[in-house]
Amino acid sequence: MISRQLPILASGVLFGAGLTLGGMTDPARVRGFLDLFGNWDPTLAFVMGGAVAVMAIAWLVQPKLARPVFADAFALPSRRDLTPKLIGGSALFGVGWGIAGLCPGPGFAALVIEPMSAAIFVAAMIAGMFLVRLAEGNA
Amino acid sequence: MTLPGFPDAAPLAGLGGGALIGLAAALMLLGVGRIAGVSGIAARATGISNSSLPISSAWLFLVGLPLGALAVVAISGPVEPSFASPLFLAAAGLIVGIGTRLGSGCTSGHGVCGMSRLSPRSLAATATFMAAGIATVAVMNALGLEVLK
Repeated sequence: MISRQLPILASGVLFGAGLTLGGMTDPARVRGFLDLFGNWDPTLAFVMGGAVAVMAIAWLVQPKLARPVFADAFALPSRRDLTPKLIGGSALFGVGWGIAGLCPGPGFAALVIEPMSAAIFVAAMIAGMFLVRLAEGNA
Repeated sequence: MTLPGFPDAAPLAGLGGGALIGLAAALMLLGVGRIAGVSGIAARATGISNSSLPISSAWLFLVGLPLGALAVVAISGPVEPSFASPLFLAAAGLIVGIGTRLGSGCTSGHGVCGMSRLSPRSLAATATFMAAGIATVAVMNALGLEVLK
């Protein structure tokens, strides 16, 4: 149990450090990237590119492992169908992302950078998630 | 290092930060066999979603995010970010929460983990939320809405 929890904590710490180093805890940077038709700041593309490049290597290694190093089995998404719910939900997410320049990861990481602002965002986000669960009838 | 034409960009810090995020996601995948998707993990931590990920593990990951941020701030000095006003933050948070549940993920799960796997759902989701984010900022700018302090 401990051997499984430690890598998860380490992953969170690395993730939060990467977001902060990459400037993603600053909404001005994120909105600067989304401001494609204005004063565009390409930094987020470098963050995304760096992350995708490293993670692509991990996906090449994954099929060679019979099971994860610290766990019994892989638990990975397998769906490939494009649905209106996927696209509509992603579009909504993009609108919220554009309004405040925050997505879930930086929201949590920024709790130590600008606590009140980040807490308002995170609390509202959890409320939004709960609303979906209510609407879907505890699915 | 600066990019020609983009004096405000931080390409090296961006690449370094991105590599750390990639390592974090790789550790999650190869170490514990899961996707490092922050919205999904947040929904699991709060009991909103059911999955085989223990709730305690979900919380540990979420607690790690600000700890990692603290470490970077401690090393590289304080950052002076600009955040939106409480009303905009609340509206944005609510929409992000609803959208990420309906869309099954966010920038981390779809953008980093899914795109690098060439998942068709994640490629479509990422293209969609990028386009929607760009359109949102463009419309707000056209309306003269200054949200960041």
